[in-house]
Amino acid sequence: MVACRAIGILSRFSAFRILRSRGYICRNFTGSSALLTRTHINYGVKGDVAVVRINSPNSKVNTLSKELHSEFSEVMNEIWASDQIRSAVLISSKPGCFIAGADINMLAACKTLQEVTQLSQEAQRIVEKLEKSTKPIVAAINGSCLGGGLEVAISCQYRIATKDRKTVLGTPEVLLGALPGAGGTQRLPKMVGVPAALDMMLTGRSIRADRAKKMGLVDQLVEPLGPGLKPPEERTIEYLEEVAITFAKGLADKKISPKRDKGLVETYAMTIPFVRQQVYKKVEEKVRKQTKGLYPAPLKIIDVVKTGIEQGSDAGYLCESQKFGELVMTKESKALMGLYHGQVLCKKNKFGAPQKDVKHLAILGAGLMGAGIAQVSVDKGLKTILKDATLTALDRGQQQVFKGLNDKVKKKALTSFERDSIFSNLTGQLDYQGFEKADMVIEAVFEDLSLKHRVLKEVEAVIPDHCIFASNTSALPISEIAAVSKRPEKVIGMHYFSPVDKMQLLEIITTEKTSKDTSASAVAVGLKQGKVIIVVKDGPGFYTTRCLAPMMSEVIRILQEGVDPKKLDSLTTSFGFPVGAATLVDEVGVDVAKHVAEDLGKVFGERFGGGNPELLTQMVSKGFLGRKSGKGFYIYQEGVKRKDLNSDMDSILASLKLPPKSEVSSDEDIQFRLVTRFVNEAVMCLQEGILATPAEGDIGAVFGLGFPPCLGGPFRFVDLYGAQKIVDRLKKYEAAYGKQFTPCQLLADHANSPNKKFYQ
Amino acid sequence: MTILTYPFKNLPTASKWALRFSIRPLSCSSQLRAAPGTVISVQTKTKKTLAKPNIRNVVVVDGVRTPFLLSGTSYKDLMPHDLARAALTGLLHRTSVPKEVVDYIIFGTVIQEVKTSNVAREAALGAGFSDKTPAHTVTMACISANQAMTTGVGLIASGQCDVIVAGGVELMSDVPIRHSRKMRKLMLDLNKAKSMGQRLSLISKFRFNFLAPELPAVSEFSTSETMGHSADRLAAAFAVSRLEQDEYALRSHSLAKKAQDEGLLSDVVPFKVPGKDTVTKDNGIRPSSLEQMAKLKPAFIKPYGTVTAANSSFLTDGASAMLIMAEEKALAMGYKPKAYLRDFMYVSQDPKDQLLLGPTYATPKVLEKAGLTMNDIDAFEFHEAFSGQILANFKAMDSDWFAENYMGRKTKVGLPPLEKFNNWGGSLSLGHPFGATGCRLVMAAANRLRKEGGQYGLVAACAAGGQGHAMIVEAYPK
Repeated sequence: MVACRAIGILSRFSAFRILRSRGYICRNFTGSSALLTRTHINYGVKGDVAVVRINSPNSKVNTLSKELHSEFSEVMNEIWASDQIRSAVLISSKPGCFIAGADINMLAACKTLQEVTQLSQEAQRIVEKLEKSTKPIVAAINGSCLGGGLEVAISCQYRIATKDRKTVLGTPEVLLGALPGAGGTQRLPKMVGVPAALDMMLTGRSIRADRAKKMGLVDQLVEPLGPGLKPPEERTIEYLEEVAITFAKGLADKKISPKRDKGLVETYAMTIPFVRQQVYKKVEEKVRKQTKGLYPAPLKIIDVVKTGIEQGSDAGYLCESQKFGELVMTKESKALMGLYHGQVLCKKNKFGAPQKDVKHLAILGAGLMGAGIAQVSVDKGLKTILKDATLTALDRGQQQVFKGLNDKVKKKALTSFERDSIFSNLTGQLDYQGFEKADMVIEAVFEDLSLKHRVLKEVEAVIPDHCIFASNTSALPISEIAAVSKRPEKVIGMHYFSPVDKMQLLEIITTEKTSKDTSASAVAVGLKQGKVIIVVKDGPGFYTTRCLAPMMSEVIRILQEGVDPKKLDSLTTSFGFPVGAATLVDEVGVDVAKHVAEDLGKVFGERFGGGNPELLTQMVSKGFLGRKSGKGFYIYQEGVKRKDLNSDMDSILASLKLPPKSEVSSDEDIQFRLVTRFVNEAVMCLQEGILATPAEGDIGAVFGLGFPPCLGGPFRFVDLYGAQKIVDRLKKYEAAYGKQFTPCQLLADHANSPNKKFYQ
Repeated sequence: MTILTYPFKNLPTASKWALRFSIRPLSCSSQLRAAPGTVISVQTKTKKTLAKPNIRNVVVVDGVRTPFLLSGTSYKDLMPHDLARAALTGLLHRTSVPKEVVDYIIFGTVIQEVKTSNVAREAALGAGFSDKTPAHTVTMACISANQAMTTGVGLIASGQCDVIVAGGVELMSDVPIRHSRKMRKLMLDLNKAKSMGQRLSLISKFRFNFLAPELPAVSEFSTSETMGHSADRLAAAFAVSRLEQDEYALRSHSLAKKAQDEGLLSDVVPFKVPGKDTVTKDNGIRPSSLEQMAKLKPAFIKPYGTVTAANSSFLTDGASAMLIMAEEKALAMGYKPKAYLRDFMYVSQDPKDQLLLGPTYATPKVLEKAGLTMNDIDAFEFHEAFSGQILANFKAMDSDWFAENYMGRKTKVGLPPLEKFNNWGGSLSLGHPFGATGCRLVMAAANRLRKEGGQYGLVAACAAGGQGHAMIVEAYPK
């Protein structure tokens, strides 16, 4: 099973998940009727409090678009001009979303740096007016309050948030390669302190309401309400509004003070210039180490914050808008925004709703994968059977699920009661009892075709007619597995990535016989499990494993040419891969890698050659299986973080040594030898129709294999870097090594006509 | 059918209805004017009695309770079984029942004193019941006594027993506060340690934070939310205002005061507290003014919530007991029972957002089961945990939307008429010893039916865990 650890920026993309919230309810406005012509914003007056309601039309979320900006300015000007209004409440009419951020398409439409900078400056001016308002404004936050939404909220005089799971505050701009461009970099440090503000802006993490209250990001919390005389969501918003109105009145009457106590660190330590310098330095060091200079946004964020604090607000705002413009125009930002769009796309079920919802799931094999799949299923309310052949294996699997849930309890994401009630969705068993109720069976047994055939036959004898059989395999073609099935239209591949609870990707593989409803059902289950899904055609290695295999072959060759695994790891991570290439082999498992290399090598022949598979064979025979056996290229010990090279590998490597070719062995060449083989194979998958769209190819590579997110995936990389340059590279390596580097036809086509792009 | 032909209700019924018409505000009478011919049929009961063929009739001979006191007052040095004993001896005194005829004793309690975990047995032995009479203790939060009673009803109806004593007790003045789990573990391990070396190594693991005590849970285990907090959210969900809640609380206290002054609370038996004066009446009844109540700060959701100390029931010490028999047994023994215990119903729902809506769910179900309608009920006795809870239940019962979307009903349950509702005060004013309230509700309904002359009473209560209970009490024909 192809595995790699999700780290850093990869896992943080989950912040976007909340952008998909549910439908909204239209509400009646009792306010001034003359203003009903506005489409995004409306306001009514209750006593002397203006209630400004945001509700972008035809969208599940409110985004800060140009129209919203201008309507908002109009409304606020009316409020400031009115004599009868003494305070205001700013609230969204959509449940689950306050303001989700700036309109990404608006940014993407900007052609020049000046345009972007100007957008930022306009936004800055609006929120500055809010901040300076003589009539107190209360932001009533229910649902996501992100990016520009948070910047609006923190410029208000008071913030009240619902203590709902959907209410999250954050500045995810860094995940799109940008920075908070509407004064956030200046206001946030003043509000929550420099260290907390930097943490928010540099990680883009979403902060739940109760935590936000503790940080001083919001002033009051409102508990979400249950059913009453109206649907809970609707009444909760109404209640939030009622509470916000009392606070707005209190602020206008000066009965409530918006002042907050700052912590000791903020009051004393951060006033000392030396301490501040140390903080900047420490953070910068950490950022440099983590981004390896591949992501420009974090450093600029620090820069802008520093400018604001050390040189005053005016300089800070100016710097913010300029840097915002610069960042939005970078390739990295374009790549990250592309990934965001791709992710939104891969969170949809293009097959439509399945005829029957899967409610009962059965998983065969309680290993790492099987238990992982169980874990992400039970907490979504799926009744799950986990079956294995032995009690020992089953125990281990059940404990893995429990531990996964219990870790969430420790992090306070779940209560122990919720954990127990979720865990009761899991049944561990050694027999096929209850399979007659299963709507879907996912097998995660050992990767062996005859074993898979056996379980398929066993399962088909006990499951109902409508039940889907999904195979979690990383390389065995699904059509071969389905060959022994009585109902091949119900057989599909669901390729999860390890560790299942961390890796967001799910690769679904359809054969020619797989029915549309089966696909719809598999995607629906995957989406329920919280996965980002690509759907690919059946073939050896599908998409992900197939792209990885030639790169792995190159890894072996590079090692054979005498490059030290540590050096190789640092070359790959400095290119942007989250995990070094040698470490990746250890994580995946040397035996698995060998298995895949042999299988695919047979099918694809010379093109997948390069390194000598003998290296893997020898490692397996010596028991160096990677992390799971404690030894691989490195030595792994429980509780020891530092990794030492496995010195026993020296003799194996020495016996298979190849002379390096100096013309293609510079650091950069080594990096490109790996990446170009990956990219070439990915493009070939598109050419052969394994992949339906480049977007799915990019999402699969980034979320499943750790392709550098800053490059946006193999297809975005070709677009941004230039197909011609990549083909040139490939040709250079082809000259040295032969066929393995021959550019595929589609890539050559793109190189020949510069207007051809994967993303128009 | 006219009032006069109605078998069990002649004069008292008529006078009661006369009273009711006189106190009804004008605005309510429009329906009566619209259909003048139906006035009398409104009073006609859907069913003459709830007796069922082949099922034994279960009757309440009588019931008593100790005065309910604010916790920390006169009962503060007692133990729960002392209070329970007082209720039992009071019952013996009131009914003169020979101890040996009692087949079984059941008590409800919530916060258990660990020394007397089967408090029913300890109290029965202490009160001089036969040591041959078995006893057990039940717990179901605020409807524990209800569970004790209905367990008894089941035992009688199934022919297992003829005479049951059911009751409940709660002593909030003293609650079991434990050592922390870590400390307990250390102490237990020390017990098992064999050598000095083992003991020392265990003692070396001691940390000062082990001494932090563990209090009995005040919050719902499943949601970690306190009941007051949930009540405040419930009131907000149903848009119940602070003023409405204060007004309702004031009503409860005023009615309780009136009932106390007029001597209507006849289930109260005096209790000579050892070392202290005899307690003769409830001490939590304190009618105040709306202005005074408005000054209080919210107790749970601060600073903007609506549930305050004044519109919530208070922590109470008290016990109750009741003599339940098979009808033929009671008659054979020469008793004149007070009431029948008829159909009952337990319900449960979401412990988070509908924690206190038990009465709304239980009321229509028990009425349907009994074949009665809201109009048949002459006395409503609902447990008042919080003003906001009672009013939220009212709003839920009066809402078609709620009935359709959450109760699977086509139409709303309907509102209990306020003039028949908790006329002698309720838990808000009389107090609410968790384990004992159920018997108080039933006795209040039975006594009101006798006094005011109705036939059917409806008892309903909510309880922690999102559970609820309702029972029909039918007056025993005079």
